[in-house]
Amino acid sequence: MADKQETDAVTGTVTTGHVWDDIRELNTPLPRWWLWLFYATIVWSIGYWIVYPSWPLVSSYTTGAFNWSSREAVVTDLDALKAQRAPMVSRLATASLQQIVADPQLLEFARAQARPAFGENCAPCHGAGGGGAKGYPNLNDNDWIWGGKLDDIADTIRHGVRSGDSKSRLGPPMPDFGRDGRLKRAEIETVADYVRSAAGLATDPKADLAAGKAIFMQNCTVCHGENGKGNRDLGVPDLTDAIWVYGSDKATIVEGIWNGRAGMMPAWAGRLDETTIKALAVFVHTLGGGEK
Amino acid sequence: MRPSGDGAVAFHAAQAGEPGLFKLVKDAQVLPSGTSATSNVPEPDDDIPLYAARRHIYPQRVHGTYRRIKWIVLYLTLGIYYLLPFVRWDRGPNAPSQAVLVDLANGRFYFFFIEIWPQEVYYLTGLLIIAAVALFLMNAVAGRIWCGYLCPQTVWTDLFQAIERWTEGDRREHMLRERQPWTLARLGRTGFKHFLWLMVAWWTGGAWVLYFADAPTLVKDLATFQAPFVAYAWIGILTFTTYALAGHMREQVCLYMCPWPRIQAALTDEHALNVTYRYDRGEPRASVKKSEALRQQGQPAGDCVDCYQCVHACPTGVDIRGGSNLGCIQCGLCIDACDAVMAKIGRPQRLIAYDTDINIKRRQSGEQPFVRIVRARTVLYVAIIAIVAAVMLYTLATRRTESISVIHDRNPIFVRLADGELRNGFTVHILNKLLQTRDFVLSVEGLSDVDLRVSGIEGNNGRTVVVPVGPDQTREVRVLVSTYQTLPPAASIALTFRITDPATGRQATAVDRFRGP
Repeated sequence: MADKQETDAVTGTVTTGHVWDDIRELNTPLPRWWLWLFYATIVWSIGYWIVYPSWPLVSSYTTGAFNWSSREAVVTDLDALKAQRAPMVSRLATASLQQIVADPQLLEFARAQARPAFGENCAPCHGAGGGGAKGYPNLNDNDWIWGGKLDDIADTIRHGVRSGDSKSRLGPPMPDFGRDGRLKRAEIETVADYVRSAAGLATDPKADLAAGKAIFMQNCTVCHGENGKGNRDLGVPDLTDAIWVYGSDKATIVEGIWNGRAGMMPAWAGRLDETTIKALAVFVHTLGGGEK
Repeated sequence: MRPSGDGAVAFHAAQAGEPGLFKLVKDAQVLPSGTSATSNVPEPDDDIPLYAARRHIYPQRVHGTYRRIKWIVLYLTLGIYYLLPFVRWDRGPNAPSQAVLVDLANGRFYFFFIEIWPQEVYYLTGLLIIAAVALFLMNAVAGRIWCGYLCPQTVWTDLFQAIERWTEGDRREHMLRERQPWTLARLGRTGFKHFLWLMVAWWTGGAWVLYFADAPTLVKDLATFQAPFVAYAWIGILTFTTYALAGHMREQVCLYMCPWPRIQAALTDEHALNVTYRYDRGEPRASVKKSEALRQQGQPAGDCVDCYQCVHACPTGVDIRGGSNLGCIQCGLCIDACDAVMAKIGRPQRLIAYDTDINIKRRQSGEQPFVRIVRARTVLYVAIIAIVAAVMLYTLATRRTESISVIHDRNPIFVRLADGELRNGFTVHILNKLLQTRDFVLSVEGLSDVDLRVSGIEGNNGRTVVVPVGPDQTREVRVLVSTYQTLPPAASIALTFRITDPATGRQATAVDRFRGP
């Protein structure tokens, strides 16, 4: 560092006094206006400390002059949204399911309310559009294990299927005929052929359908009925229609008879409020398969 | 503003008749015409400041033809702007009755008998094309007459300058006052001027927001502080911009901010009528007495008496005698100022006039001057305007008042029903652009055996469904199309959804596909 001020001969500018390898650095300070803006921003930032939460303390933080917090801002926004929707929500809460479906405005609101609730709660099993998956019924079709009327659907959502809820849909599970030794492997294959033929599906021409029917009459009619139409009160599926929750190929049917089936669905009454459940029932009903 | 020897400098060089506006031109030679002068521009010097301080302009009051035209245009344009929101237009009970309304909340734009939905904003494209080409046409005919008469910056600046002359006095008086110390009277005058400016600016912002809501209601709400905050905010913003742009920035906007002078200079040609100093008549300049004496001696004497009235009248501080100029907005006020002087000294009018350099040269060589408005470029511009206007008129006349759009369900793509029937789900939007409820008959074509249902609406044996759509509304319905028809594997069959308004017979269609396993 040089002690006295040095002036660069070529430019006439004062140097900073720093010299590296004989190269001197010119002292060209920032423009004054720039510097003042910089100071102004520092002053401005102090304003932020005062107005907004800023400094961390040992067990808390400075809350700012107006106690503003981003969390409360979100809560305020959500409250405002709820207040905006309140008139429609209260109409939804008081209307019966039939009234909701009959009122186009209420129906549109219910479906809009239900769509995100369906995505959050139902889609993991039933699919984003309610298309179902193996073991999880398609909600768009018109085959219902536990009933497809508005109130049936709402009850199933509220209390679930084999959910442990006191009002849960409860029916005898499909027994495991193979594993507990009630039927032999060959007998199960034979009855599977019969079930497929009764549903109008193609079967092996060598299949002994008469033997299959005999086995069916002996073992299956208690629940599925002599005509195989099932029983909604007990949640027993119709074996004669085109809809198969697990699949209609012979291997899947054999697997079902061998191991048994007992699909379940959780009860939503405690987790979702009644208005949401009603909206969901209307939504599922209007997916396309709802019954009158 | 750094000189770089490009074309723009030539215009600055022509500015030299009135030194000071552009400091960098003081060394440039005065040329009789404002054409190429690049060779005379000195090399850039490091000592030249990069920024020329603004010289305040005190435009002098003038009377004459072009001033009158400017007043009429000002009354008309500002009258339309300030009063149009209050014009009523009866559209019946289901739509607002304001003639011009931008209804942002409901996504509608109303313009007298025209109503535009958000998806019809492309209509604005046509308007913008017409506006741009009309600007080019004006330029081809008479240079920057847009700038001189119609540009909002000019119109409001003109109004603000009129207020300034009224409160602070005309040019001479105002300049004199500004040199004197502040007195209570001067403070009062200046304060009153700024008050009037702010009132005009405030009303300008106020008129703007009236285009976005029912004007009489909003005026009432604004007065009783019931109006939404955003209305006050916009009035505040536009009050500030009007006050700053028309009161304080004025010609600086034209000189430094506006892109049009640059584009215009590239688009213009030698036949465009520009405000032109007829130097063939004006030079050599001399005083009234001296030129009189020269004429008696039979020596050449110009009509220009170097009175500077043209410069004093100019709202952008240009000396037109230096030739065409980037700062000149072609308003013609210098023509009026010069004509007044010519009348006084008994010389012919229009020493400065809308003319071309070609004509000056022709007069100098004894030929007849001519004005050619009909040229290839003006014909082309008119043709483009006519075509775009015709297309817009056609689309407006044939605007569909109903429309349908279809979205296929993404999940599941198809549904097998209990009895083996195959079904696809669609979300259908039906638009009714008329101002009364219409009962559209929805049908679908493409499958020989088809069952059509709409959630929540009773159908007609699965063939058609009547969907009522409210006035000026869109209705979303869930549509289920089913068939027992045997489809090929991975079927994808074209479907046409059709809506028919039985009252008018008007139809609209949308296509989608029926998918199978």
